[in-house]
Amino acid sequence: MKGMKKTTKDHLITFGLVIAVYIIVQLLITTGHMSSLMQGLLVPVCTYSIVAIGLNLCVGYLGELSIGHAGFMCVGAFSGGLISKLLSETVTNGILLFVIALAAGTLMAALFGFLIGIPVLRLRGDYLAIVTLAFGEIIKNIINVLYIGKDGRGFHFSLSTPVELEEDGLWLINGAKGIAKISRLSSFTIGVILILICLFVVYNLVNSRSGRAIMAIRDNRISAESVGINITKYKLMAFTISAAIAGAGGVLYAHNLSTVTATPANFGYNMSIMILVFVVLGGIGSFRGSIIAAAIMTLLPELLRGLYDYRMLIYSIVLIVMMLFNWSPKIKDWREAHSLKGRLGKKTAKEAE
Amino acid sequence: MAVLEVKNLGISFGGLRAVDGVTVAIEKGELYGLIGPNGAGKTTIFNLLTGVYRPTDGTIFLDGENITGKKTTYINKAGIARTFQNIRLFHALSVLDNVKVGLHNGHSYSTLSGILRLPQYHRTEREMDEKAMELLKVFDLDGEAGLLASNLPYGKQRKLEIARALATGPKLLLLDEPAAGMNPNETQELMKTIRFVRDTFDMTILLIEHDMKLVSGICEKLSVLNFGQILAQGETSAVLNDPEVIKAYLGE
Amino acid sequence: MSFLTYLINGISLGSVYAIIALGYTMVYGIAKMLNFAHGDVIMIGCYAVFMTMSMQSWPPLVSLIFAVVVCTALGVIIEKIAYKPLRRATPLAVLITAIGVSYFLQNSALLLFGADTKSFTSVVTLAPIKLAGGDLIIPGTAIVTVLACVVIMIGLTLFIKKTKAGQAMLAVSEDKDAAQLMGININGTISLTFAIGSGLAAIAGVLLCSAYPSLSPYTGSMPGIKAFTAAVFGGIGSIPGALLGGVLLGVIEILSKAYISSQLADAIVFAVLIVVLLVKPTGILGKKISEKV
Repeated sequence: MKGMKKTTKDHLITFGLVIAVYIIVQLLITTGHMSSLMQGLLVPVCTYSIVAIGLNLCVGYLGELSIGHAGFMCVGAFSGGLISKLLSETVTNGILLFVIALAAGTLMAALFGFLIGIPVLRLRGDYLAIVTLAFGEIIKNIINVLYIGKDGRGFHFSLSTPVELEEDGLWLINGAKGIAKISRLSSFTIGVILILICLFVVYNLVNSRSGRAIMAIRDNRISAESVGINITKYKLMAFTISAAIAGAGGVLYAHNLSTVTATPANFGYNMSIMILVFVVLGGIGSFRGSIIAAAIMTLLPELLRGLYDYRMLIYSIVLIVMMLFNWSPKIKDWREAHSLKGRLGKKTAKEAE
Repeated sequence: MAVLEVKNLGISFGGLRAVDGVTVAIEKGELYGLIGPNGAGKTTIFNLLTGVYRPTDGTIFLDGENITGKKTTYINKAGIARTFQNIRLFHALSVLDNVKVGLHNGHSYSTLSGILRLPQYHRTEREMDEKAMELLKVFDLDGEAGLLASNLPYGKQRKLEIARALATGPKLLLLDEPAAGMNPNETQELMKTIRFVRDTFDMTILLIEHDMKLVSGICEKLSVLNFGQILAQGETSAVLNDPEVIKAYLGE
Repeated sequence: MSFLTYLINGISLGSVYAIIALGYTMVYGIAKMLNFAHGDVIMIGCYAVFMTMSMQSWPPLVSLIFAVVVCTALGVIIEKIAYKPLRRATPLAVLITAIGVSYFLQNSALLLFGADTKSFTSVVTLAPIKLAGGDLIIPGTAIVTVLACVVIMIGLTLFIKKTKAGQAMLAVSEDKDAAQLMGININGTISLTFAIGSGLAAIAGVLLCSAYPSLSPYTGSMPGIKAFTAAVFGGIGSIPGALLGGVLLGVIEILSKAYISSQLADAIVFAVLIVVLLVKPTGILGKKISEKV
């Protein structure tokens, strides 16, 4: 019972932290202490935090490495963007339009997560990771040749060369050119609210009956089966929710740009890796850590301009060093010898809860 | 009627007959022992009973229901729970949560009411906490409920596995070498606990064990397995005095 | 006739995949890990040739040997620094580290050599062979690539069958602990595996860039992933499997580029990977592995 109280307190700290940072940032903006460059990074930070929360659910609680989460983000961005572009004239209230787009993008990403999860989750470890990568790339490739247009004759779909549209026609998704002229509905406030909602969902999920089942499968699949846990159901549930959260991040991302395209840089392998870096650096299993890491790793290179070119290199070194730091026997010995272990050990134990 | 009725059970791995023609019937409330030298196929029988392996031939009936070839999850819901020779706890979960995972199917609420923290969540979680603490008390683990399972000492991890298995509300409990790695005092205590579990929960227990003191101390009936086949079967004292058994198992 | 041309191109590309796949399959067999950085070692090999041959006008063969030496050393160093400390760590940690190494190589190359695509001069000077009155042209690169692939396959098979070090590799891949008890130097054997795999990667890279002469820091990553697909396709741990998987995949890729859609060719290759892993994760020539309870 004592343990439960501790986790509740832990969650409240995270919520409090996010809200406090939000208030501070708002104060900085109104008093003119924040450059427009930094302001421009606020929504991306929220986006990455959200996708990282989603990926952390997959890596930290389901215990499977996905390197295709940018694909789910891509699905969210394009279906959300498509819906808001379609409805932009019918629904004039920006917030309502965004909520509809968010629902569409999240549900679509969840659907993809579910459909992809069915085959993928039969695999384990390396094979699972590489197949998520493959699916992510396939999604990106297909969106790059996807044309959806609308004119007087109705809707047009194509997966190769586009048909000619009538004069009043409009390309909703124009192949590699993506979706143009999306209403810029995202804002820092919306981003923060979305982060809070995602935190609410994942924290409550993890600390419920279903969450325990998911973690039981992660810790020992065979004994989870032996106590009657439906492995497929809970793996699929975690993966689908994880994909849905990444999709929500994608919707936020799309509505922060006027044009969204599926390039390797934003929805490819690189994005998946960047999100993974946030998850690993923030601590696998720690949602709070993911948010902090996403914020620091996005803002720091921008603050220290000289670092910007080395950003990716730093990411890669972070991945290697974090893993060696946590797992190398020699480094473990060194840590024990320097009595850091007591503190770190406690921290990891808490994160694992 | 017997709780467990196994007829002519067998499995081959490649050319090897790991279990061959095993027939056993266990009555309700019985404490039944399965012994035999290393590699005789004891754990393989557990794996067959719990659906980890599909038998090549033979049938398994649990309480009159044919469970041959069913999946592990189904078999647990049907009423067989087990422990493992090499302990398999949910090491990053707390002791309490390990038992609560065992209570998963008996105490249900939807994922949505879990996420939204609906009244049903609070009610069911409270029930689960109470039930889990009760079970932990039986094994004298209630003081360690908040610890991570991996931080428990070895003997207590074995007990926690039994508690988790019991939490699923089985008709039949399979214990795979419950006393392995325990000192004589701990073994003594474990014997008491196993008897207590049988009496309070009205449980039927099948156990694999090497510790002869434990086997002769608590098992009412025995089956001796050798090279995948039943060598002898029946009342414990009779089996242990069987010259064939002494020759094959206890060594001359 | 064009079909035959595509087929030849496919076999040629597939031979490159096969050579790369050898690196994956050997490392997977022995260290039980997916060396994600293998594809980027190829890229480093290509730059080694480019910097020496194109910029310093070294003779092609000397350049190639230099690249092999660079990659071999790189492979061994990566193993020592990044993978060796993690031998007892969870597979998740090892995989994340491998991804980190891959990313590190890519971004180091980006900073060292720039993001621009370099045009690679082919190391092959063999003239193309014209058949059927000039309708069917077999490029010199294709001939050399296929020949190199065959020679490497035979050489590696003989090495594993006939030499002590090769037998040690086989033993370690079967059972690491037992091999150690038999007095086999595990660390040495794993190092050797990385050395051979990475050395071959240099050759594969040079052949790849000779056929498709554009070089950038990302040159290695896609062929790397495809070659891994080939290794899985053929059956991980099997040398003939790598050859079979590589050639099949190369042909599939070129034919889908030609007849379906050049933009979707990669997606099709990945779809093959997914189908193979789901239907027969042990591959065409692989062994079945079961979990112990």
